[in-house]
Amino acid sequence: MTTIRIQSEPFDVNAEIAALTTGRSDVGAVVTFSGHVRADDGLAALRLEHYPGMTEREISSHVRDAEMRWPLLGVTIVHRVGTLLPGEAIVLVATASSHRQAAFSAAEFLMDYLKTRAPFWKEESRGSETQWVEGRASDEERAKRWE
Amino acid sequence: MRLLYFAWVRQKVGLSEETIAPPANIRTVGELAEWLGSRGPGYAEAFADLKRLRAAVNLEHVSFAAGIAPDDEVAFFPPVTGG
Repeated sequence: MTTIRIQSEPFDVNAEIAALTTGRSDVGAVVTFSGHVRADDGLAALRLEHYPGMTEREISSHVRDAEMRWPLLGVTIVHRVGTLLPGEAIVLVATASSHRQAAFSAAEFLMDYLKTRAPFWKEESRGSETQWVEGRASDEERAKRWE
Repeated sequence: MRLLYFAWVRQKVGLSEETIAPPANIRTVGELAEWLGSRGPGYAEAFADLKRLRAAVNLEHVSFAAGIAPDDEVAFFPPVTGG
């Protein structure tokens, strides 16, 4: 089961875990990663925009790639867009498998690809100043490990 | 051809999308980007340094060497920063 949602509303990690596990007894491991807004250098808010259509397509293709690499029983990816404040969760990756190693590895793989391939852009605001976040070479390097 | 712009590319161009018919000699994403850069001051700023830009054709990441066709949807944007 694959769930991909792009939404402005917050998400509930426990509800997403329940959706992956309820009614089944073959899932032995669920790994969740959630990314949160840090208040670096006085950051007041983040605004995220994305490319509707391409985002879902890009994420789906990486989920299919993950499913070919590891024996997964379910994947849930929720990415928020719009205005987010420090402390708020931005992204959730949850992977379910029979055993933990596949779930850990797939979650890391999917996060690395979300960072470098999924068409989202972050704009930071501090006071009255706004600035687009630049892509990081270290994220590119991390994603290359999987090639 | 449908063109989409995101993040600071959208802000500099002043549009999120437009439909245009580029000249027939424009055959690649890179040639399209250079031609767009000649369309006005906002475009010139957005397309001044193609190394800072990425592109997608019909919802897939492509290089600037990729070919384009009249019915394509072409998007220009900065390197992505999700997650």
